[in-house]
Amino acid sequence: MRQIDNADVTPGSGGFAAQVADTVARVVSNDWVNAEYKLIVLDAPGLAASAEAGQFFNIECPVVGEDKPFFRRPMSTYAADPETGRVEFLYKVAGAGTRGLASLISGGTTRILGPLGVGFTLPDDVRSIVVLGRGVGLATLAPLAEMARDRGVAVTAIVSARGPEQILSVERFRAAGAKVEIVLDSDGTSAMTNVEAILRRLHAEGRADGFYTCGSNRLMLLMQKLAAELDVFGEVAMEQQMACGLGMCFCCVRNFTVEGETISKRVCWDGPVFALSEATSW
Amino acid sequence: MVDLKVDMGRGLVLANPVMPASGTFAEGLAKVVDLNGLGALVTKTITAELRGGNPTPRVAEVGNGMLNSIGIPSKGIDQFLDEALPFYRRFSSPLIVSISAPTVDDFGRAAARLNVEGIAGIEANISCPNIEEDGKAFAMRPQTTEQAVSAMRKVTDLPLWAKLTPNTGDIASVARAAEAAGADGLVVANTILAMTIDIETMRPTLGNVMGGLSGPAVKPIALRMTYQCARAVDIPVIGCGGIASAEDAVEFLLAGARAVQVGTATFTRPGTMDEVIAGITEYCRRKGFNAVAELGAALNADMLAPDVMEAAQ
Ligand SMILES: Cc1cc2nc3c(=O)[nH]c(=O)nc-3n(C[C@H](O)[C@H](O)[C@H](O)COP(=O)(O)OP(=O)(O)OC[C@H]3O[C@@H](n4cnc5c(N)ncnc54)[C@H](O)[C@@H]3O)c2cc1C
Ligand SMILES: Cc1cc2nc3c(=O)[nH]c(=O)nc-3n(C[C@H](O)[C@H](O)[C@H](O)COP(=O)(O)O)c2cc1C
Ligand code: FES
Repeated sequence: MRQIDNADVTPGSGGFAAQVADTVARVVSNDWVNAEYKLIVLDAPGLAASAEAGQFFNIECPVVGEDKPFFRRPMSTYAADPETGRVEFLYKVAGAGTRGLASLISGGTTRILGPLGVGFTLPDDVRSIVVLGRGVGLATLAPLAEMARDRGVAVTAIVSARGPEQILSVERFRAAGAKVEIVLDSDGTSAMTNVEAILRRLHAEGRADGFYTCGSNRLMLLMQKLAAELDVFGEVAMEQQMACGLGMCFCCVRNFTVEGETISKRVCWDGPVFALSEATSW
Repeated sequence: MVDLKVDMGRGLVLANPVMPASGTFAEGLAKVVDLNGLGALVTKTITAELRGGNPTPRVAEVGNGMLNSIGIPSKGIDQFLDEALPFYRRFSSPLIVSISAPTVDDFGRAAARLNVEGIAGIEANISCPNIEEDGKAFAMRPQTTEQAVSAMRKVTDLPLWAKLTPNTGDIASVARAAEAAGADGLVVANTILAMTIDIETMRPTLGNVMGGLSGPAVKPIALRMTYQCARAVDIPVIGCGGIASAEDAVEFLLAGARAVQVGTATFTRPGTMDEVIAGITEYCRRKGFNAVAELGAALNADMLAPDVMEAAQ
């Protein structure tokens, strides 16, 4: 979005069409969903609301007291609806930036830059998928369940959490028609051996042509191993500290294995969603 | 109508005095901002050799600014000419290619390869380590500055800007050396060497231990250096460091800069350069200047003795 009219100083700007907007978004609500997470609903019509599953925004976080976040903070699109112009983020209140974000009240505004990055893909021959996530990773995966539903693809969501209080997004997954399996640290069901058994069973039942994961290195490694063994399509959404979010600063690099070679890629530009087979441990 | 054009010498005239700082700009900005509206485009520094860049974390927030130890990851000049150049040629703004090299001769060889259609000028990032001089940045000293700039001047007729480092004791002498060696302009300046430590982990915050400070925190220092350089040389000076608004940019233009570069601010507000262009125009109108080029001679600083300022270093 061009905030200012500078037609007289930018000859040739006539044909310019932005693909990413720095939208001044208005807060509709910003409420706690559990002890650690808040859901912010923003009025952000235009390009922002066209964000697709897996794409993210770089969000300006207000300065509050001693908290002076200088960079913006990257957040996955939890929901975006071009019809209502609403964009939502589900975020964990962690440090200076997210504390600032948590301070926003309805009617307030902040800038959100996006949609950014490359989102999830659903190849045509993938008819059933498993999404496996933990913590904030579930926020990233929730819109994928809806995208799959809209394409008639069956979804099983494996939701991993420390205990029942930390379970996130289950209603979103169920509303999208997904079968939900909850695995917890508190009762031991989140152990890798159990999650592996669930994945193998789903695959044997013909419910897993695609694997998608976010939010846990160990879960990513497990899915990567099984995807290779069972020849299943897979993607992972990655995180890394960011400054620009637009592929310009090269601070968000991670290593990937592409055709046997280690290659550095920018999470904000080449991702944040990557082929599961290329990911390396983080 | 305010005339925003600035003459950078050697036939290079920019439509306005605002351009991105090297390393803070890439193809991605074209998704948000109309690049045709910028005075020039300046690439991330490229090198002839392939380079991997530094370990992560590569950035840290500090007060009103940032530290970076990105380094200069580079896929080489061939890759730049084959892949990036065609992209930038789609825009009308002149393209300035930033180059760096580990030795004087390599600077010459790199510059010689850029006599290519679509490249309007060279910005030599001589703020990087000189491996023949114990890793000291070329622009730390007048002599190594002179050597690097001369090596490039011999092989190119393109406008040649030298980007100076603030990590030197006597920037005016470095500026004069670059001018004497044939530079057409000076970019003042690069990041300030700095570090931070996380007291909880008791580790340096950056994977590389030290990094460069940029953003609003460095502005007064960059402004002072711009002023000193503009007084020391006759070639145009391009002010750079902490510019985040039109007001900041006007300060640099009043200090004697012919043009300005915006870096870190684009990370936090991608539309900053557009706002700076519009705001400079508005300032000129309000103050009754017909042309932005008039700002360079407008500073009321007669009361200041520059020698005293240099002595204060
Ligand atoms: C593409 C992407 C999507 C994300 N989506 C979500 C989401 O939907 N919900 C959510 O709660 N979190 C998400 N995160 C993580 C979120 O960006 C961090 O939790 C947040 O930046 C923490 O900032 P802070 O100031 O509160 O924490 P601090 O720890 O004070 O942050 C210090 C610095 O580290 C960076 N940082 C800290 N943790 C992370 C992290 N996990 N990933 C990247 N940078 C980090 C911060 O941006 C900041 O620069 C996402 C990250 C990425 C890269
Ligand atoms: C992430 C980052 C990468 C940079 N990379 C380069 C570079 O490749 N070459 C260069 O000459 N300067 C580089 N710089 C320095 C900037 O061009 C500029 O001189 C400096 O950041 C000061 O301006 P600012 O405060 O507006 O950012 C970089 C700065 C940052 C923050
Ligand atoms: S955050 Fe700047 S390149 Fe990815």
